[in-house]
Amino acid sequence: MTGVRIAGVGLTHFGKHPERTGRDLFAEASDSAFADAEVSRDDIEALYYGNFMGELAEHQGHQGPLMAEAAGVRAPATRYESACASSGVAIRQAVKDVRNGEADAILVGGAERMNNLGTAKTTEALAIAADDLYEVRAGMTFPGAYALMARAYFEQYGGSREDLAHIAVKNHENAVPNEHAQFQREIELEEALDAPMIAEPLGLFDACPITDGAAAVVLVSDEYAEEHDLYAPVSVTGTGQGGDRMALQGRDHLARSPAAEEAAEEAYAEAGIDGGDVDVAEVHDCFTIAEVLALEALDFYAPGEGIGAARRGETTRDGDRPVNLSGGLKAKGHPVGATGASQLVEMTRILRGDHPNSDAVPDATVGVTHNAGGTVASATVHVLEVEQ
Amino acid sequence: MSENEHGNSGYDEWLDAIDEGDAYYLECPNGHGSLPPRRICPECGETNLEDTPLPETGDIDTYTVVHVATPSFADDAPYTTAIADFGPVRVTAMAPDDVDVGESVSLTVGESKTNGDRLLQFERF
Repeated sequence: MTGVRIAGVGLTHFGKHPERTGRDLFAEASDSAFADAEVSRDDIEALYYGNFMGELAEHQGHQGPLMAEAAGVRAPATRYESACASSGVAIRQAVKDVRNGEADAILVGGAERMNNLGTAKTTEALAIAADDLYEVRAGMTFPGAYALMARAYFEQYGGSREDLAHIAVKNHENAVPNEHAQFQREIELEEALDAPMIAEPLGLFDACPITDGAAAVVLVSDEYAEEHDLYAPVSVTGTGQGGDRMALQGRDHLARSPAAEEAAEEAYAEAGIDGGDVDVAEVHDCFTIAEVLALEALDFYAPGEGIGAARRGETTRDGDRPVNLSGGLKAKGHPVGATGASQLVEMTRILRGDHPNSDAVPDATVGVTHNAGGTVASATVHVLEVEQ
Repeated sequence: MSENEHGNSGYDEWLDAIDEGDAYYLECPNGHGSLPPRRICPECGETNLEDTPLPETGDIDTYTVVHVATPSFADDAPYTTAIADFGPVRVTAMAPDDVDVGESVSLTVGESKTNGDRLLQFERF
């Protein structure tokens, strides 16, 4: 089994680009990844591409071959759909195929176009990641689902809206120097607490924005990297995926995310690490409470302990283990199908030392990315390590 | 039911039963509870599931007041959605506005103010 190197990464700006098609966004991200990778498009043996709501947002299914064409790649291409974890599962497939010798060079990524729909239609489109019969028909929205988990968490373990607001403040602060981020601006704690409610107890600043954007990564085998003398210091050393019941009502836990726990356990075991070895993480903070669930699933904290991590300064850029140095989904933005791949892009740059926030973790060698689908009915975790 | 909507075998019949006061859940031979429509127990894979009367009351586990709604619930917002524990199963439904965690509720069928679609509702017991 060969090692898997990250040869190059690319991102578009994450933000409001209602006039730009998915294919235009992915073309830009993949072009940027190829420029970074110095890998020939001719060497790409497959494209794995994540996208969630293309049928609803731009009347476009069968996006795999379309995106290969947009990226200038002549290779078999497959779309992966797993709600907000769509490109997380695409990466996992790419990692497995490189490891197993199926391919020496794979293009993997994702894109989402959302702003052309407007807020109400986007809320409706996102809701199809929940159980239609048993959740959507009872009025559940995605913010509503995470609000149900937030209240369940408060009931079971304690915590407050103020604890959650500290997460939003932290992630906005991290996004300021990130030129790809949707919101490059700081927010005040009071501003977050006073914002209009979306789904109580979650307000506007507890939620990620509606975002257009794309991300792309070129993965290669150790042998390919060596043969072509590539600068590719970061390897994917662990991949994990977990699953849970589709509807919250069917779950064993309303205030935990066992699918992400499973994914982390599998990825850590492959990499031969545990939660304590992780220097820095990019986690799926689609809502502030989701970051808390992620910290606990990744075994950085015991259940009930993660809620105060940002308030205590442990996950801030000057803390022991910074989380979401990119700004996270909260401030960087969340183009659903691109998010899992974008986390890999940000983490690669953080570990290589060429991210605007790399100086927060100058000695980091182990990074983790956590990508959740739906209300964490799907989850992937990847471990990235700097080769010594 | 609003136009352009397809039927949902098992689910529509379940709503009818609740409406008639005969709410039920599915029970497998190993005692696992689940909601219809379903052919297979998600817990253990047993396929002989039996209709079993749903306990008359459940307790609210968690709730939220939704302010930003989808177009299907535009005229309903703000509204409360909750998950209640009925013992063998949990159910998600719309709830009274001032509901609280731990309160006892029963399950009924109401309708959306926005489009008249039938929907599950909790009533204070």
